[in-house]
Amino acid sequence: MRILIKGGRIIDPSNNRDTTGDLWLEKGRVLEITPPGARAPEKRDQVIAASGLVVAPGLVDMHVHLREPGAEYKETIASGTRAAAAGGITSLACMPNTEPPIDNLAMVELILSKAKNQGLVNVFPIACITKGRAGRELTEMGELKAAGVVAVSDDGDPLSSPGLMRSALQYAGMLDLLVINHAEDKSLSGRGVAHAGFMAAKLGLAGVPRSAMEIMIARDIILAEETGSRIHIPHVSTAGAVRMIREAKARGVKVTAETAPHFLALTDDCLSDYDTHVRVNPPVAEAVDQAALITGLSDGTLDVIATDHAPHSSREKEIEFANAAPGICGLETMLSLVLTCLVAPKKLSLPEALRCLTHNPGKIIQSSKGTLSPGAEADVVIFDPAAERIIQASEFQSQSRNTPFDGWKVQGEVMATLVAGRVVYRHASWNN
Amino acid sequence: MRPYKGRAGIFILEKRFIRVSLKRKDLLTLEELSGEEIIQILDTAASFKEVVQRPVKKVPALRGKTVVNLFFEPSTRTRTSFELAAKRLSADVVNFTASASSLVKGESLLDTVRNIQAMNVQTIIMRHACSGAVNLVAKNIRASVVNAGDGKHEHPTQGLLDIFTIREAKGRFENLTVTLVGDIIHSRVARSNIHGLLKLGAKVRIVGPATLLPEVFTRLGVEVYHRLEDAIADTDVINILRIQLERQDEQFFPSAREYANLYGVNARRLKLARPDVLIMHPGPMNRGVEISPRVADGPNSVILDQVTNGVAVRMAVLYLLTGGESDENSD
Repeated sequence: MRILIKGGRIIDPSNNRDTTGDLWLEKGRVLEITPPGARAPEKRDQVIAASGLVVAPGLVDMHVHLREPGAEYKETIASGTRAAAAGGITSLACMPNTEPPIDNLAMVELILSKAKNQGLVNVFPIACITKGRAGRELTEMGELKAAGVVAVSDDGDPLSSPGLMRSALQYAGMLDLLVINHAEDKSLSGRGVAHAGFMAAKLGLAGVPRSAMEIMIARDIILAEETGSRIHIPHVSTAGAVRMIREAKARGVKVTAETAPHFLALTDDCLSDYDTHVRVNPPVAEAVDQAALITGLSDGTLDVIATDHAPHSSREKEIEFANAAPGICGLETMLSLVLTCLVAPKKLSLPEALRCLTHNPGKIIQSSKGTLSPGAEADVVIFDPAAERIIQASEFQSQSRNTPFDGWKVQGEVMATLVAGRVVYRHASWNN
Repeated sequence: MRPYKGRAGIFILEKRFIRVSLKRKDLLTLEELSGEEIIQILDTAASFKEVVQRPVKKVPALRGKTVVNLFFEPSTRTRTSFELAAKRLSADVVNFTASASSLVKGESLLDTVRNIQAMNVQTIIMRHACSGAVNLVAKNIRASVVNAGDGKHEHPTQGLLDIFTIREAKGRFENLTVTLVGDIIHSRVARSNIHGLLKLGAKVRIVGPATLLPEVFTRLGVEVYHRLEDAIADTDVINILRIQLERQDEQFFPSAREYANLYGVNARRLKLARPDVLIMHPGPMNRGVEISPRVADGPNSVILDQVTNGVAVRMAVLYLLTGGESDENSD
């Protein structure tokens, strides 16, 4: 039996494809793409009518917090991957800030086995750079890499010591293991909870200056250049950071970078009512930063859009702004926000945007994900790019509801998500 | 902005012939008030000031209402001022201090205030160390919330009493220059003064070290200075903010001595301002640091008038938020 996804606009940035056609899947893999109607399905083939819809590789989200183990009241591997499927995401990389943290083989195996048994989408664990994320001793990266981790990161805890960061880059580089370092100089961010601009000054919130992120990125670029190792910069949020990454790439430094949908949709003006759902680290900055991020995405300085999905319960969010936990629940809103904030206003074409959501992150984590090449696992998203919908947090598959986008009118509706040829999400209104 | 022209709105409080109220549930900021609303509060406060100068300093305006003083940060003068204001309006007043509460047991702010509301109170006067904590509470409860200082955001009744004191002495806001001196970025008093004074048509200058006064404040419509001498030249009012000496440890300035050298308001510097300049300070003062004793106690000082006026202004705020509606309709 084969699956025929018929008559959709097939966009596969990994093959520079943007054509209307028929996508054939067999035995959980991509078989081929044929011109529309070129070949009739056999009786036992399953046909999914996709005309008017976009058919693309399932999205790859390389920055997700699944919270299991340790904070299952916020999210579990089951609920987080269900949310991912609803958002068209078929592969995700999960951060190691669990409790206990993912800093040893047993933890990696736990995540992989839970993901295999309870997960709806592919889960790629990221392990810690240092044991306990304490910033002192390196983890056993050789063993962790062999077990299947796709990168190392201490997640929200930056590696403050330049000496240790240099060692980590050298060692991980030797293993061809990606290092992701949260770019924040804590002596500059201090107790800051919002971008140090006019809004923070007006609202009396302690500010985080742009330099807090930019100094750390400058350091990491220097160390990556000196060691020749790969560095990935997560959740880039400022114009200065984009400029430095652009310059580094031009010099041939092996640096890749991502930004998050909320930075494309929000500016610090959204803080006006102390909405804790806008509290996120790094903080949302200003319109000039947002414009630079968009330019960075369109000129290839920024490779990836990733959610930084950070679920929190009302216990962490329905409290004072400064005491609220930073983070935004992002899996189920990323595609719509990208379509609404980038594609609809023609800042990026749909294939360009999808490249940042599929092929680029798949390549950076050295997976075979984010492509519809024949033989690839049949991870597919089918979505209606023009459909308008209202984001409703109460309808989230995620266990958490912490989104600043509740009630937003956005474009783009995921109609179905397939992982290895199996439908893992189907929109309620879709009869296929 | 229409400049203030004489006192209006005197009414007979005792008999409630005129029902006046602000058309809002809460007083969280001066930013959210219109100039007209501010004038309404000042006029009402002027009437109450007459009341509290009588031998019997009490009116029945809030009889049967319950006001809770909910202070999550230590405070003596503001809490006392609110308590006196509520009592002089015949309200029942309960003081709730954080250390004695369930907060130390880990209860959330919203659970705490919902519990207090469940005891059927009409007004919650709240102080909290976090900017915006009052907004969170006001959004989630039916009772009126009066902000008695939220973090580094606003302290609207302090702003109102400062503005009241200025109006009492100067009688106008047009062509009036008010200079705020000190730790602007951490000051809720500064923000409330800035918003209120600008709405009434005054010019506002702010001055302090660059570490405590980022340039972005110009976007509020004020003039930013870093040299005290420039900022107080020909000014009509100097409002001197308390400098928290702990800020030294955070490297905002090198020492109290250096701060006094650069930003201390003393008799010599006072000569740069207008001869009839008003000297104000929200207290508590660090004598010899931000203000010299001679200036604090000198003829231009209205620092104790501010305290007196504070009670009248707070009576006005409580009255206008809760006095306008009848008891039967309140919960």
